[in-house]
Order: sequence, then C-alpha cells, then structure tokens
Amino acid sequence: MTDTHHKESFWRKYIFSIDHKVIGIQYGIMSLLFLLLGFGLMLVMRWQLAYPDQPLPLLGWRLSPDMYNSFGAMHGTIMIFLGVVPVITGAFGNYLVPLQVGACDMAFPKLNMASFWCYFVGGIVMLSGFLLPGGAASSGWTSYPPLSVVATTGQTVWLIGMVFLITSSLLGSSNIIVTIVQLRAPGLTWMRLPFFIWAQFVTAFLLLLAFPPLEAAAIFQLMDRLAGTSFFMPSGLIVGGAATDWAGGGSPLLWQHLFWFLAHPEVYVLILPALGTVGEIIANNTRRPLWGYKSLVYSVIFLGFMSFIVWAHHMFLTGMGQTMSMFFSVTTMIISVPSVVILSCLFISLWGGSIRFNTPMLFALSFLPMFGLGGLTGLPLGLPLSDIALHDTYYVISHFHYVVAPGTIFAIFAGIYYWFPKVTGKKLNEVLGKTHFLFSFIFMNGIFFPMLIQGLAGVSRRLADGGQSYAHAQHVIHYNEFMSMSAWLLGLAQLPFILNIILTLIKKKDKVADPNPWNSTTLEWACPSPPIGHGNFEKEPVVYRGPYEYSVPGHKTDFSPQSEKLGEK
Amino acid sequence: MEIPYNEELRPDTGLYNAKLGIWLFLASEVMLFGGLFSAYIMLRLSDPNWASYGQDALNVPLATLNTTVLITSSITMVMSWVSLKLNDVKKYKLYMGLTLLCSFGFLIIKYIEYSSKFSHGLFPSTNNFLAVYFVLTGLHMLHVIGGIVVNGYFFGPGLKMWNTEPERFTNRIEVAGLYWHFVDLVWIFLFPALYLL
Repeated sequence: MTDTHHKESFWRKYIFSIDHKVIGIQYGIMSLLFLLLGFGLMLVMRWQLAYPDQPLPLLGWRLSPDMYNSFGAMHGTIMIFLGVVPVITGAFGNYLVPLQVGACDMAFPKLNMASFWCYFVGGIVMLSGFLLPGGAASSGWTSYPPLSVVATTGQTVWLIGMVFLITSSLLGSSNIIVTIVQLRAPGLTWMRLPFFIWAQFVTAFLLLLAFPPLEAAAIFQLMDRLAGTSFFMPSGLIVGGAATDWAGGGSPLLWQHLFWFLAHPEVYVLILPALGTVGEIIANNTRRPLWGYKSLVYSVIFLGFMSFIVWAHHMFLTGMGQTMSMFFSVTTMIISVPSVVILSCLFISLWGGSIRFNTPMLFALSFLPMFGLGGLTGLPLGLPLSDIALHDTYYVISHFHYVVAPGTIFAIFAGIYYWFPKVTGKKLNEVLGKTHFLFSFIFMNGIFFPMLIQGLAGVSRRLADGGQSYAHAQHVIHYNEFMSMSAWLLGLAQLPFILNIILTLIKKKDKVADPNPWNSTTLEWACPSPPIGHGNFEKEPVVYRGPYEYSVPGHKTDFSPQSEKLGEK
Repeated sequence: MEIPYNEELRPDTGLYNAKLGIWLFLASEVMLFGGLFSAYIMLRLSDPNWASYGQDALNVPLATLNTTVLITSSITMVMSWVSLKLNDVKKYKLYMGLTLLCSFGFLIIKYIEYSSKFSHGLFPSTNNFLAVYFVLTGLHMLHVIGGIVVNGYFFGPGLKMWNTEPERFTNRIEVAGLYWHFVDLVWIFLFPALYLL
C-alpha cells in the first residue's frame, strides 16, 4: 500500500476531500466552533439569570424573554446536534476508526464527504434562523408541539436543518459500521478490537436506527406548519384567545414519542464514544490491560439494545398512564446496570496500575466521578414518583449536564490531548493543558452542583428570570450569581486550551519524531504521525494480539503493539 | 490506494462493502417507515372521528393497478441483474428499460389519483386521514423518484462501467435492485393499510 503521488487540486485536498483524515479534521474544527458558539449563547443567558432585566455589559442590550427562549433552544440544539455528536462520531470516529482497524480509508469515501457537507449545510441552515424576523427556533431543543407548530419561522428552518443533520448522520454511521465490519486488518478479530471501536460500532447503530423516526416526526411537523395538517394539533386548540385553522384530531404526545425515540438513544450516542475514549486513555496511562474487556464489550452492546426501550421515561409528566410509566421505569432501572458495569470496570482498571498523570489522563480520570454523579442523579428521575417532583426543576438540568459537560466534553478534551500528536505530529504543552484541566474541573462543578440544590428546592427550569418571583426559590436564588460567575470563568479557562493549540501548531521544531509518543499498543500508533496522505499505513498492518497488552511479563518494553509478531521481544 | 472488498467478497463476512452498506441503509429506511406507520396507527386509534374522514374516497382499482405495475417492475429489475450475470447486455438494457417504464407508469397513475383528490377539494389539511395518506404516499413517491434517478443513471451514462469493471457494475445493479425491492415492499404495506383496512 504505497502513496500514489498524483497532484491534487487545493479544493480536492482540503475542501471537498474524500480522505477520512481531512474529513475528520473538518468535522473537528466545525464542531469545536459550534461548541464554542453554543457555550457563548449560554454565557449571555447566564447574565440574564444572574442579573434579570439588566442590560448586558459591553453589548448594552437586554435579553428579552423571547430571545432567552430562543437562545435556550439553540444552545441545546447546537451543543448536541452540531457540537458534541459531530466531535465524537464525526471527528474522532472518522479520523480514528479506520486507523484503529488498520484500514486505508473509510469504506465509502465519497459518502463520507457528502456526510460532512450535509452536516455543514444543516448547521448553516439552522443558524440562519437567527437572521429571520422572530428569531431562531424558540421551542426548546425538544420542539414540543403545539407550541412549536405555532412558533415563528425559525422553527421551520430548525426542522429543515434537522433533516440535513439526520441525512449526514445516516451516511456517516453506515460508513463507520461497514468500515468496522469489512475493512478490519488481517488478524483483527472481533475480540481484538479496541474498546473505542466497539463503542463507535454500537453508537453508529444507534444513530442509524434511532434517527429515522425523528425524520418522520420532522416531516410531520413541517407539514403541520406549512401544509396545515394536524398530525400534532389537537381539536379545539385556542392560540392567543382565538380559534385556529387546524382541522384538529392530532396528538401532541405523538411528537414526544417519536422525538424521544431518537433522543434517548442520542444520550447514549453522546456517552458511549466518550466511554470508549476514556477506556483507551486509561489503559494507556495505567500501563495495564483494561479490566474486564469482555464485560465492557457485552455491556456496551446491551446498553445499545436497551437504549431503544427507555424513551418514555422523559414523559412521566404527560399522564400517559400507570402501565406505560411502570414499564419504562423498569427498563430504565435495568439500563443502569450495564452503565455501572462499565464504570466499575474502568475504576478497577486503575487499581495496581502505575498511573501517568498527564493531561489526557487527568481529564479521563475526572470523567469517572463526574459521569458517576450524572448517572446517580439520574436514578430518581427514572422513578415516576420522584420524577414528578424533580422533572421541571434545575435538578434535571444539572443531571444531564453532569453526564454531558464534565462527562462527555471532558472525554473529548482527553481525546484531543491524547490524539493530537497523531493528527499533527506535535504534542500539546503539558503546563497549559494542566491549567486548562484544573480550572475547567473547578468551574464545571461551580456551575452544575448548585443547580442540584436549586432543583431540590423546586426552582423551575426554563424561566427567563431564574425563578426570582417564586417564594420557595428565595433561599437558593443567590446561587444564580455564583453559577454565572463560574460559567464566565469556565469560558476564561478555555483560553489556555485555545492558546495551546495555536502555539503548538505554529511552533515549527516541536515535531515528535516518534510516531508513538504515548507508547501505546493499538493500531493507530503503528503508522506515521500524521499518517501518510492516502492509505495511512506504510505497509498493510497485520494483527497478532489483543488491544491492551501492557506490561506483559518478559517483554522488553511495557507495551506490546497489536501489529508486533508474537515471540518478538 | 485501493479500498478492499469493493467488488470481491470478504471471506469471513461473505459480503462486498456496498451490499452491507445498502442493507444498513434499508434498515434505517425500515425505521423511517416504521415511524410513519406507527404514527398512523396511533392517530387512527386515538381519534374517535376517524370513520368520518372518508377513506372510501380513495380509488382502489387504480391503486390495484399501480400495485401490479410496481411488482412487475421488481421482476424486470431482477431480470436485468440476471442478464448481467449471464453477460447479456442487450437483455439488461431491455429489462432495465422496462423497469424504468413501469416506474414512470406508477408515477403517472399516482398523479391521476392525486389530481382527482385535489379537484374534489381533498387536501392534506382537510383531515388527518388525508394527511396521513398524502404524506406516506408522497414520501413513497419520493423514493420511487430516487429509484428512477439511480436506475436511469445505470441505464444511460453509468453503463460504461460495464466495459471496464463488469463485476463491479453487476454489483451496483444488485444493490440498486435491493433498494428497488424495498420501495416495492413499502407500497405492498401501504396499499392495504391505506386503501383497504
């Protein structure tokens, strides 16, 4: 497998590239920018929560309640559909899956390019909502009808953008599955796959099978808005004191079922690749095999299956009936078992290892308790009785942010620090990295822990003034200012990260000549850093052993790469 | 650089890449139509006025004819693939041409049905049965149009691959055929669910 050195035009090489590495980087840059934008919206909203109705500093304008709604809806949408999922499946998946299975590219390079450009167009279409009269979508990232059907044009744009994003994820996920099934290097049997690959594999199935019902729902909602159908519009609906034109007979609950049928598996799309990333980094930095590899794999597969039958635990408040609530509450309790198995395996992996506390490892280590906190606070939400009290409070906000923000996003940071040398051939600076870690860790908790307290006190989420006007909120309302300060400081804490990337990229001589700076075993480190243009590997890799053979007794180094022949010492 | 298993089968999975790819795509299509059908079921069961929505306005004979046309096109689609396996490009062109003809026939009959509904003042916004009818058959029709685009390409400009990589071209027809059978199958579910039940 040698590089065919024909000259490619600039457009083919960097813009409409069909090389999985370039597409991965494109995904990475775009989605990190989206993450920053979604975070920026929240920083503005936090001003409104801390100091209601006061003009924003520097900008001078006041965030109206309508704009607050719009910012909130777009914060959720951008963070999930345009930020976290594209980083973790689009960027990490695209760049690393072919490398870790020893393939020269994804199975369908052109579809891969189409996937990125669908994502790009979807993102732009969705953002264009901000320019419309009436502003961007404002019905929450969940877009519950009938509110979303009578909302301003921003919602139409949101739905069209969504259809593009669904198409993008369909192309991307089927590509990842085919790559893993068909392009594994010789000798790379299923039980020799790195845990990261297993996580990506299950995630791709979730994206493939859970998104289409949302596409159906998006089409229905578009029809309700544009063609006047009543899929989600009940009979006798009064809006603003006047009867509406819809014929009625539809069901708003139908949207919630179709939406959560996607959106619950989507939670596992957010978390599984993060667990995979953390698993890789923990094995590498404890210098010992992952504890319970097989139980990790089976748990991930079981999680994937179960995630399709828990969706209605988001709907206990809708009055859908005891039987339904009972069923979904039981499945929700069951799904927590494999999650605990995975987390326990990762914790036990630390025991007896000689841990290297570098930046990726620090992020990965702090992922464990943060994700644990997110998971444990989820248990009361899985039981209808306690959920009714907690569901519409800040408790829920805190719960899922603990899973996604100091959970998945920390795993993303860990992954970026860990694989940066593979992508660029240069290691990120450790001092800046550790600064980034320390302050991010403190301020993340500064934002989300007080929310648990507020939520237990019954402070309602979704209020543009943060609940100022409620008597029961008065003794916890002062946390709003503290949380906002933490959020802004968290923003500042990202500066070392951005600075680190820029400084490392412009420094010329910092090349690590070693393609394997972390002394890792998996296949992505068996090719040069960065991997060669088309084809990745200098010669086709052959796999002789499992993914995590660290500290094998009698071996001359403390790691035995998968591509190293048996018996070679 | 050559991506392996584009035309030859991978020994341990017994598949070439595109075949696995199309099955995954069809799995996601099953979920799409699954979502649409379950929405139909839920709306129908929860609406006490459903019986008054005029399901009998639909034209059953025309839809039966359309079912026959679509099933015929599926048969000719298989025949065109078999012809390639037998190295007979002439027959391939004949059968692929017939497939395309049937697909256009389906669209024309559908057009007649739609326009007669519109002329009677029956629109998607009229009631939820018509909304379901138009959205489900409309999405199916988009799939038919997609199939025409793909098959039309293999009938016309795409055929030149036969001269350079006949094996791969045959695979492409097989994959396009799998998609086409799926479109046919969706109609076989739509027809009784909307017109008869």
